[in-house]
Amino acid sequence: MLDFKGKLVLALGERDGIPASSILTCAESAGGQVVYNVTQCFV
Amino acid sequence: MVWGASPTLTAGAAPTRAVPSAVGAEPVVRAARFALAHVPHLVVAGSKPRRELAAQGQGLWYKLQASLRNFEAAVAYPPHQVMLGNLAPEALWDCPRPWHRAPVAGARPEGPAGVLVGEATLHTWLVRGDAAKLVSLAEDYAVELSARLAGARVATANAAGLKAALAVGGEPLAGPAGRVLGVVAPGHEADESLTGAVILENLVAKVTGALALRRLLDEVCPAEPVEFLLGSGEEAVGDRYQRGGGNLAKAIGELAGLRGAGGVDLKAFCAGPVHALIMAGALVRSGLYRRVIVVGGGSLAKLGMKSLGHLAAGYPILEDVLVGMAVDVVADDGRSPRLRLDSAATLRLGDGDAPHQVAMALTVAPLKRLGWRLSDVDRFAVELHDPDVTEPAGSGNVPAHNYRIIAALAAQAGEIDRGGMAAFERAHGLPGFSPTQGHIASAVPYLPHAIAGLTDGSLRRVQLIAKGSLFLGRMTTMGDGASVVLERNAR
Repeated sequence: MLDFKGKLVLALGERDGIPASSILTCAESAGGQVVYNVTQCFV
Repeated sequence: MVWGASPTLTAGAAPTRAVPSAVGAEPVVRAARFALAHVPHLVVAGSKPRRELAAQGQGLWYKLQASLRNFEAAVAYPPHQVMLGNLAPEALWDCPRPWHRAPVAGARPEGPAGVLVGEATLHTWLVRGDAAKLVSLAEDYAVELSARLAGARVATANAAGLKAALAVGGEPLAGPAGRVLGVVAPGHEADESLTGAVILENLVAKVTGALALRRLLDEVCPAEPVEFLLGSGEEAVGDRYQRGGGNLAKAIGELAGLRGAGGVDLKAFCAGPVHALIMAGALVRSGLYRRVIVVGGGSLAKLGMKSLGHLAAGYPILEDVLVGMAVDVVADDGRSPRLRLDSAATLRLGDGDAPHQVAMALTVAPLKRLGWRLSDVDRFAVELHDPDVTEPAGSGNVPAHNYRIIAALAAQAGEIDRGGMAAFERAHGLPGFSPTQGHIASAVPYLPHAIAGLTDGSLRRVQLIAKGSLFLGRMTTMGDGASVVLERNAR
């Protein structure tokens, strides 16, 4: 299991996969600090 | 109208507008048409190829040129035959992939859902649609096009003239083997919103939208007045003071020879067309108009978007077509599928962006409101991107991913068990077949087939679901979406 406590996180999301907003919510709830988040769309 | 003949702009007064009725009729979707323009030599003007060519240079240019398809291959490409209505989308389930290796024998460049034209036709219409007189053609190419131009006036230039025009910001109209067929001049020498590249991008959107609209007008109730046009594309038409001023809808209507119609553009990234369908239905239902056509032009920027993946996979460059669309929304004619406005849904502020949240808001909730289950919808039309285009570039199978989420929700609701998800996806979903032209791919390519199935076929309900990536504009981190159900007309 990945330990997010005290870690800086770059959240790179995909609209048709997992968007950055979801990664951010999960990472911060696990104690990480999201310093950059962006959702890409590849179509 | 004969393709390649004289412009269809009509002279004379606009038709008198009917007085709006106080109470409208239920809206129906009567027809949809697509105009595909096969433009392999404009692939280099797509956003990704342009940037990669600047970075990688001549070596990449040669690889791209060697991988371009000819017109016959584009016509015979099975997904294009689906776009034209000559092949059912479901036929692709059993067609071996990659589909470019299974060309359709005897394929025609037109069908009940539209037409596929070549580069010379597209160039001819660029000249006809060039309201600001920014397009000039190479002298020798203008001679080659003279029969198609049929008297339409165009500036011409010799080799030195073309070179000079390119040197001051003109955008080349590329032809085979590096030939420059013409130049699109900037709309202003000091306006970044009117560069030659932007003018070309907007012109091809205008022209492909007009070709689709003209096809629809020629084939569907030509004597019935069109009262309003709703543009739904993703282009930005404007100048330095109003970059996205818009209303390309009216320019499309003008080029298609319409008189008497108003118009406006509706912008929502890829969700634009489905939003526009809902708005068109509401306009008809209100009684304000009896005939509204949703239009949209093709995306030059998306040509060759996945080309590096195609080169690596040994595929031809598959993103070599521009697509324009026109969808006819009218008052209930007793036959065409009803646009169920009571099923319309949009992704609202606070609905969330995770795929299951989007599916709940756009797919499950509107059906539940009407007492329907997911299984009560015969087909879900999602973003129908051709997976042969997206998978080599690592972008996956977009429609399949969407259908997996819908099937998962059906299992969660107890309509099916987990083991039945694959069968649900196959029965209620569709293989992707649309060119990756953004807003064009979002649900609407299925419309001609949906209309046929909901009138003469066995379909009862089809849900159109579109998503828009608002976050790409950097003004929000949100996405967007819209959905609506088409239902067999009870009358």
